[in-house]
Amino acid sequence: MNGGLLGLAWASLKNRKATVLLTVFTLGLAVMLLLGIERVRHEARDSFLRSVAGVDLIVGARSHPVQLLLYSVFRLGEPTANLQWATYEKFKALPPVAWTVPISLGDSHQGFRVIGTTGEFFTRMGYGDRRGLRFAEGQAFNALHDAVVGADVAEKLGYELGREIVLAHGIARVAVHKHDDQPFRIVGILARTGTAIDQGVYVSLEAIEAIHLNWRGGVPLPGLRVDADRIPPELLRPRSITAVFVGLESRGATFAVQRVVNEYRGEPLIAILPGVALSQLWALMGGVERALWIAAAAAVLAALMVLLTTILATLNERRREMALLRAVGAGPRHVFGLLVAEAALLTGAGVLLGVVLMEGMLFAIGPTLEARFGLMLSPGWPAPAELAVLGGIWLGGILLGLVPAALAYRRSLQDGVAVDR
Amino acid sequence: MSAALAIEGLRFAWPDRPWRLELPSLVLEAGDRRFLHGPSGTGKSTLLNLIAGTLVPQAGRIEVAGEAMTGVSGPQRDRRRADHLGIVFQQFNLLPFLSLVDNVSLPCRFSKARRVRAVQRFGGLGEAAQHYLAALGLAEEARAGRPVLELSVGQQQRVAAARALIGGPAVVLCDEPTSALDARNRDQFLDLLFAECEASGAALLFVSHDLGIARRFPHQQALGELAGVAA
Repeated sequence: MNGGLLGLAWASLKNRKATVLLTVFTLGLAVMLLLGIERVRHEARDSFLRSVAGVDLIVGARSHPVQLLLYSVFRLGEPTANLQWATYEKFKALPPVAWTVPISLGDSHQGFRVIGTTGEFFTRMGYGDRRGLRFAEGQAFNALHDAVVGADVAEKLGYELGREIVLAHGIARVAVHKHDDQPFRIVGILARTGTAIDQGVYVSLEAIEAIHLNWRGGVPLPGLRVDADRIPPELLRPRSITAVFVGLESRGATFAVQRVVNEYRGEPLIAILPGVALSQLWALMGGVERALWIAAAAAVLAALMVLLTTILATLNERRREMALLRAVGAGPRHVFGLLVAEAALLTGAGVLLGVVLMEGMLFAIGPTLEARFGLMLSPGWPAPAELAVLGGIWLGGILLGLVPAALAYRRSLQDGVAVDR
Repeated sequence: MSAALAIEGLRFAWPDRPWRLELPSLVLEAGDRRFLHGPSGTGKSTLLNLIAGTLVPQAGRIEVAGEAMTGVSGPQRDRRRADHLGIVFQQFNLLPFLSLVDNVSLPCRFSKARRVRAVQRFGGLGEAAQHYLAALGLAEEARAGRPVLELSVGQQQRVAAARALIGGPAVVLCDEPTSALDARNRDQFLDLLFAECEASGAALLFVSHDLGIARRFPHQQALGELAGVAA
């Protein structure tokens, strides 16, 4: 006969639509916030991990591991110093080293970073389980003034194959000096990866040397122009690079190679394990993440309090309703159950609405998030951990519902079937 | 066969008030109609709560349909109230968020016995509710799905009577059910109530301050006489 209670609670709630909808909406928003923060947090971690998957070590000038990780992989911040080409060649020759991808940073194009690298960048780098980058159009650079652009660059700037572009010196958004004497031609557009790779302009290491031939101390020498077609090849050999991505024959050699790099006496270097540096980064971010989560949890708690208040506020005007229920045979425990059922329905509806709102939101802004931040947030069933949080909120709402239920229980014992009518 | 309602040596007092209710004996057989005259302050609500089992007397015995409402646990009293009693109040008899049919069949949500009886006799709960609504002149309102709050007070009282009668309880308790009605509606209500109580064999205990109604009952008593009201 208690199946009837849920039906009664439902009918009673439907009768108070306005208040009920507002309450459920409040809880729904809070739940959406909490879920959204959790989703973004997890996806940010996954996305960052996807970006470094397959790379065993990153070598660069000595700095904090997180800093090296940020500027080499995520193109955030400035490199501290370079490492010598000769040094790079020494490490490249170490037996456990399977492959290397050197990168040279420092120039930009329309706010996107320019990465000088080798052809191996396109075959070795990847994301997630994928090794090697796919080209949406064209192919890797071949000639000196060939450039490959990431998906974001092509999309935002509307670039197509064959388009000529001019690189700028430095990474300031408004470039002071431009390498306009040596324009590049776009020969390849990379398929979208959802990582920082989408936001790069890729040229050969030789090209980086070429555009800086007539430069000294960061400014072009006046009056000295380079005839790009007649540069002697020995001048194009790279002298230094910013960092190296390293793949090893076997994971077991990781620490040995790392030690060799870290103890190298020629210049101060550091080799980092991307995964370790990432967890250091998350440790740094941990406080912020927790603060965000606590704020969202507080919002959920506040919404649950609103819900509690809503139910409590109705108790007085529903005394007659309760007495009537008792007259037709309800016990105080039914009255108790009715109010708990009401709290369960309200909280359940709020939690469901929160999930629906969030999925709807992801449906609406997911593509934008992916394009702008490389966060692959698509609508989908809540993960088990999320279900646990949602279940916890539902349980919390039901527990709070015990308060009005207990009050109504006591009152219905006093009132019996006849309130002062 | 046991009486529909039997009260014996009933005594009740509120802990903090000098007033007390005493009722040496009241017996209603199936089909009996009894008018109980009770001006306000004579303990009508208290007696109602005692019979309904929502109050426990200090002494005495109450039985409905042969089952004790005293000396048994709360849940047992709740179940017996659900099974054997139909109650009509002066006003606010209906749940505004339920349809007419759902209001009438409400007791069957709490009493399996009444649900079974209603289904056996009419083939379904909805049919049972429709039957009583029709018998009380509300067939049209029920069919149109009129919200409870759109009914006149007289119509609402008749819905309450239908609810009290559904599933054939042993006793129908009425607490001033006609006080809010005009003379015409009052008489119509009583006619229908009597007819339906007779049809279902329920005993009717009608508590009111309105002596104008008393003549329509074969037996009348005053609550003051019947109950010893000590100041």
